[in-house]
Order: sequence, then C-alpha cells, then structure tokens
Amino acid sequence: MAKITFIQHNGAELTADGVAGMTVMETAVKFQVPGIDADCGGACACATCHIYVEPEWREKAGVRNPMEEDMLDFAFDVRDNSRLSCQIKINDTLDGLRVRVPEKQF
Amino acid sequence: MSDVITTDVVIIGAGPCGLFAVFELGLLDIRCHVLDILDRPGGQCAELYPEKPIYDIPALPLVTGAELTHRLMEQAKPFKPQFHFNQMVTSLEKRDDNDFVLKTDGGLTFKCKVVVIAAGGGSFMPKKPPIPGIEVYEGSSVFYSVKKMDAFRGKDMLIIGGGDSALDWVNNLQPIVNSMTLVHRRDEFRAAPDSVNKMRELVAANLMTLKIGQVTGLQGENGILAAADIKSADGTTSTVACNAMLPFFGLTMKLGPVADWGLNLTENLIHVDTEKFETSVSGIFAVGDINSYAGKLKLILSGFHEAALMAQQAFRYINPGERLLFQYTTSSTNLQKKLGVA
Repeated sequence: MAKITFIQHNGAELTADGVAGMTVMETAVKFQVPGIDADCGGACACATCHIYVEPEWREKAGVRNPMEEDMLDFAFDVRDNSRLSCQIKINDTLDGLRVRVPEKQF
Repeated sequence: MSDVITTDVVIIGAGPCGLFAVFELGLLDIRCHVLDILDRPGGQCAELYPEKPIYDIPALPLVTGAELTHRLMEQAKPFKPQFHFNQMVTSLEKRDDNDFVLKTDGGLTFKCKVVVIAAGGGSFMPKKPPIPGIEVYEGSSVFYSVKKMDAFRGKDMLIIGGGDSALDWVNNLQPIVNSMTLVHRRDEFRAAPDSVNKMRELVAANLMTLKIGQVTGLQGENGILAAADIKSADGTTSTVACNAMLPFFGLTMKLGPVADWGLNLTENLIHVDTEKFETSVSGIFAVGDINSYAGKLKLILSGFHEAALMAQQAFRYINPGERLLFQYTTSSTNLQKKLGVA
C-alpha cells in the first residue's frame, strides 16, 4: 500500500491508498479524484490524466517514456515535472507521493 | 443541395458496434450507409488505441484495436456497406411518413426508415487549448481545422503542434501566407519525418519560423488576433505577431448534435430499452457505448449483442407484416448465400 496525495488546483488535498502494481491514474479514478479525466482508460492515448509531480518525488516517480512524451504534446501547460499518471506504476517506494492536478484537463 | 441518398438504414458511427450492426442487419437483407466523423473506420479503436491490445473480445484472447476493426470490416464486407467518412450528422428529423431525414456537415442528405446511433463516446472533435480568452477569437482568427486553404491566404499564420496535422498545414499553407510560425513545446516531432524535414528546410531558408515553447496568452481586439505570447522551456517569454492561428492538440470526444435530436438522454447517454435497444423515438436505435440501460456495461461485446437485437426490430420496421425467420449462419443455406460462402 502506498499513500498518494493529489493536490487540487485550489490547494485542497485528497489522499488515496494506492496498491502496488496499479497506476497513479487508476488510483485517482478509483477514489474519484476530480481533475483526472482519463478519457482513454489508461491506453496512453489521450493526455487527460496529466499531473505535475512534486519536486521531491520526481526522481522516484521516474522519467517519461517516449510514448508518454509524444502524448504530452496533447496536454496544456506542460512543465518539466509533467507526467501522465497512467504511466506511473505504484510501488512501495512511492508511499507518500504527492502530485498536483492541473486546473483542467482538456 | 446534393441529391438525397435513400437507404434502409443509416448507421451513425463506424466503430466496432456500428460495423457489427452492418453485419447483423445484412443477414436480414437490410442495406446500410455508415457515417463517421473520422476519416476511417474503427472509432475509438482506430483513434485512441489502434496498437493497444484488447483482451475481452470473445474467442479472441488478444486483438489490437486496428486488427479488430480490420476483422469487422471483413465480416461486414459481403453486405456492401456504403461508408461516408469525415461527416458529422448535424440534423436528424422524423417526417410525417415516419421516414427519417439526416443531414451532415459535409452537405450530404439521407432518407431512411431506421437510424442506428452507434456513436460511442460521441463525435471526435479537435481539442481546444485552454488559453485564456481564446473563445473570442474562435471562428474569426482561431480555427481548429482547415476547410478552405484560401481563407488563410496572406495571413500572418501561427500553427501549434508537432503531429501530422500541424506539420502538413505548415508545409501546405506556407506558400500562400504572409508569414508562418510553428510553435511546438519541444524540438522533436511526431509527424512523418518527410514533413519534418520539409519544415526544417523552410526554416533554414528563412521562409518560416520555428519556436520551441507553449502559447500562454493571446492579444487582439474585437475578436481579431494580433499576437500570441509564447513561453519557452527556459521560462523566457516572447511575442509573435499573428492574425490567424491553428492549434492542433489532438481530438476529444463530445456528444455533439445528438443532444438536439429530441431523444431521452441521461448524462449524455441515450436511454434505450433492453429488448430492441430502441430510443424514445421509434425507429431510432442506439447501440454501444452511447446507450444507457439498467446494468449497462460499456464493453464492445455488449454492443455486439445490442446490434443483433436491434436488427430484429429494424427488420419489422423495414418489412412490415413480413415474418422474420430465425436462422443460424452455420446451417442456413440462405444466410450462407448472403455471406457469399454457399
């Protein structure tokens, strides 16, 4: 089990229990985190699960894969710490992970 | 005004459920025209996950979206469906004689006895980037597709994106615009290498500008764009003068005009019965992800079942008073003839 905290655009925080092997996106959908649309259901095909990984967690969350990098072209306001949450698999080292949800997916 | 195309059934949506509806209706000698807003069959299977595996199609332990589409096209082929791509149905009306008239944004008009809405998550439409204030320029300076190239002649053009649409229009419009700027968030492009090379040649020849960054704001007056603010990766900002803009951020699904057809909707889904999968308007059916009923699961296999039952009732509308004989494709010579195997 790994606690994942989603920080909303307005600063509100929502912490969900993530299960190792699931993705951060799946965890967000399961806990109905607002702002994670995940239109394509995790196929890395829509960029509507875009999040910003908090700086202290970037290394552990890993780097973008090439498909994800391409798909981020469809996201808005992409920053250095942008990731697609469907491409971050949860493991025990991510217990406490903090990510920010953009103002809106589009 | 084009000629009216008269047919038994118009299917809206060429995704897996629309394609299988062609097959089920075909077995009952019902001919179909199939419309889709995309430029090819497959719906979400083609647009969202052509290369991704699907594991829950009965008897196909693993199939990609593209392969499933290909197989459904093969299955529908004996029934010679007529496809009309790049068409969005803009209006659907029931006439006094119970026939339906559909019109598309491409200027086509259809008259038919039965309509099958197999529109999945709705119409794929261009994503509109949430740049503050962009709405006031939409339709006057900001466009999401190119209908007529000539509309951009002499413009100071700004194109955003790194895929084929963006690069194709950079290369195609560059000769006729006054100035061309391409903005992309990174110096790598998903577009075909040929198009990227061509664009780089234009840049090298000073015939256009490539800026790496993201558009963060727009400037202009009275709905006419004058400039765009661009933030580069290192945080510096710059401004590009432009009076026409084409952002290409991919597609998203929106319900679209279906909402205006007088059907019973719940949360953008069309309410149907579970015997015939008919909507609140007799003669209009809805199958696949776009419908809603107690226990509905948005699975492709559910849509296949819905299409089979829909076809039974469609037959009754198209052949009133005729007896419908239930047959199996394994044993019926009649069905096998239709399939071209007997």
